[in-house]
Amino acid sequence: MSAVDIRDLRVTFGGVVRAVDGVTLSIERGEVVALIGESGSGKSVTLRSLMRLHPPRATKMEGTIAVEGRDVLAMTPRALADYRGPIVSMIFQEPLLALDPVYTVGEQIMEIILRHEKVSRKEARARALALFERVRIPSPERRLDAYPHEMSGGMRQRAMIALALACRPKVLLADEPTTALDATVQIQILLLLRELQRDLGLSIIFVTHDLGAAVEVADRIAVMYAGRIVEEGTARELIRNPRHPYTIGLLKSRAHGVMEKGTRLDAIPGAPPDLARLPPGCSFAPRCAAAIESCQIEQPPSFVVEGGHRARCFRWKDAPAQLGAQALGAA
Amino acid sequence: MLVYLARRVVYTIPILLGVSLVCFALVHIAPGDPLVSVLPPDASAELQAQLRALYGFDQPYIVQFLRWLGRALQGDLGTSIASGRSVTTEVVTAVGYTLRIAVLATLIGFFFGSLFGFVAGYYRGSAMDRIASFVSVLGVSVPHYWLGMVLVIIFAAILGWLPPTGKGDESSLWESFRHMILPAVTMSVIPMGIVARTVRALVADILSQEFVVGLRAKGLTDAGIFRHVVKNAAPTALAVMGLQLGYLLGGSILIETVFSWPGTGFVLNNAIFQRDLPLLQGTILVLALFFVILNLLVDMLQTALDPRIQRS
Ligand SMILES: Nc1ncnc2c1ncn2[C@@H]1O[C@H](COP(=O)(O)OP(=O)(O)O)[C@@H](O)[C@H]1O
Ligand code: SF4
Ligand SMILES: [Mg+2]
Repeated sequence: MSAVDIRDLRVTFGGVVRAVDGVTLSIERGEVVALIGESGSGKSVTLRSLMRLHPPRATKMEGTIAVEGRDVLAMTPRALADYRGPIVSMIFQEPLLALDPVYTVGEQIMEIILRHEKVSRKEARARALALFERVRIPSPERRLDAYPHEMSGGMRQRAMIALALACRPKVLLADEPTTALDATVQIQILLLLRELQRDLGLSIIFVTHDLGAAVEVADRIAVMYAGRIVEEGTARELIRNPRHPYTIGLLKSRAHGVMEKGTRLDAIPGAPPDLARLPPGCSFAPRCAAAIESCQIEQPPSFVVEGGHRARCFRWKDAPAQLGAQALGAA
Repeated sequence: MLVYLARRVVYTIPILLGVSLVCFALVHIAPGDPLVSVLPPDASAELQAQLRALYGFDQPYIVQFLRWLGRALQGDLGTSIASGRSVTTEVVTAVGYTLRIAVLATLIGFFFGSLFGFVAGYYRGSAMDRIASFVSVLGVSVPHYWLGMVLVIIFAAILGWLPPTGKGDESSLWESFRHMILPAVTMSVIPMGIVARTVRALVADILSQEFVVGLRAKGLTDAGIFRHVVKNAAPTALAVMGLQLGYLLGGSILIETVFSWPGTGFVLNNAIFQRDLPLLQGTILVLALFFVILNLLVDMLQTALDPRIQRS
């Protein structure tokens, strides 16, 4: 059984915005998968779907999501609330916004423990303290009583990680956990995540703008574009042998030194399509130098390149050559 | 915290001094002879001069002000020209009456205002929201003497449940309370409307914040999240409540007249029409003092409740 199994997920907001348009992705236990892609490509929406965090009335979700064998889209509100925390939890991009400003971080960690487990407040506090030590927050006892705004960005993100791990989840979702941080702190947080993942056997889905971070941390990478996964494979496969013109564009922008750590993936000319009016064919076609006529008419299916390496491109066999991927591989 | 407190208290001193100067000036700039209400129309010039000297009105303004201030600091606000009684006693009595209905009105207004505000903020755009918003707009815009009279007609004249006016037999707590209900309810519509609007906006803002998603992600239910919404809204909502109490302390001339309630509004009204300068000055000063102190208390409460406010 996979830790996470998403099948043909479609998420539509307000009846028109197709933020996720047929995502299929599965994550094995103990695996780390990175979701990368330009801003607005549906990474956060995919991640939040796993916890059903979208506003329920304005959102339509189709497809299936199974997490640790549980059918997420079929859960009752009660089952959903019990599932959030002990099975799956999330690290948010900006902990300053994701934590309640008028409670201390310690109280907020105790709250999730007390919500899901029958323990005393004293025990919950002891657990929170142990978590702070685990994520290596200096003077943890004192920091438990700090309010979010009293901590530095890096400390806050560590506290957020402690919170996310408080009920020993099996799957951890991290939405750009380092984007809001300084470069040196980013690396520390990534290393911490990797270490925790190994020690606790977590399955992680990790959203990032940063290809470097994805390669560093992830076993597999899935590239998203306009609500679809356009290419996925191991980090090695994607770097050595990219098959989708969009992936190639991302790698090129990085190879040319445009993509420093933390910069946005915006080095490909043109803009992503309007999610309320997606083209009938390949959604990358308007920006694609390798596009042919059939790209405008029909959506490319997911072609198997080799093993788990897949690409949604009609020209997956020859597009890379045309786009100069060899030069890229040599670089 | 103590240093902060001390500093805040020290800061109020110049404010109070300014307030007393302004209220002294306002009263003296107004045209008309302050002794007109006590002097017979045919009083001799000699008698006028005598009385003027007795009350100190013959002195230069600056001397009058300093004298008045000096006495005020010792708790003596002079003598009412109209009644001949000590202004301090009159004001303190009146404030006592107004304070009673103002506190009751604020509590009623805060309770219903918060209720409407929370419902409206949680169910924005729903019928409940529109009803709550309508009620709160009504509360701020309806003429109070009119509402007061309508309430008197319904609850006193037709139903006979409550006394229409007056302060009642004060030896009976229950009787006193019954007399307070109608004026307090009439007065409460103002804070109710304002608190409802404030709370609605606060709740809507809080619910749209990312941390609410964070709380959902922890597995909290709506009840668990409600606790966070309340704690986030409390500092501002309570501050608004405190300030409303301050405004109501000035008493409502119209409400107190409709209900013959002997509060500050009533006293101010009399003082103005009788040109009773010492009483007018004294009342305004005491009210201003209350307002400044209340502001200070509200500020400190907010600082104590809201960890985001720096205590420096
Ligand atoms: N609650 C929502 N209502 C409407 N549109 C939304 C909502 N959440 C996200 N979107 C839209 O979905 C698209 C994908 O967003 P997102 O997943 O956040 O992108 P990213 O890949 O940068 O994380 C964006 O166009 C965004 O505006
Ligand atoms: S399917 Fe066509 S348009 Fe889409 S990426 Fe491949 S070549 Fe480009
Ligand atoms: Mg995002």
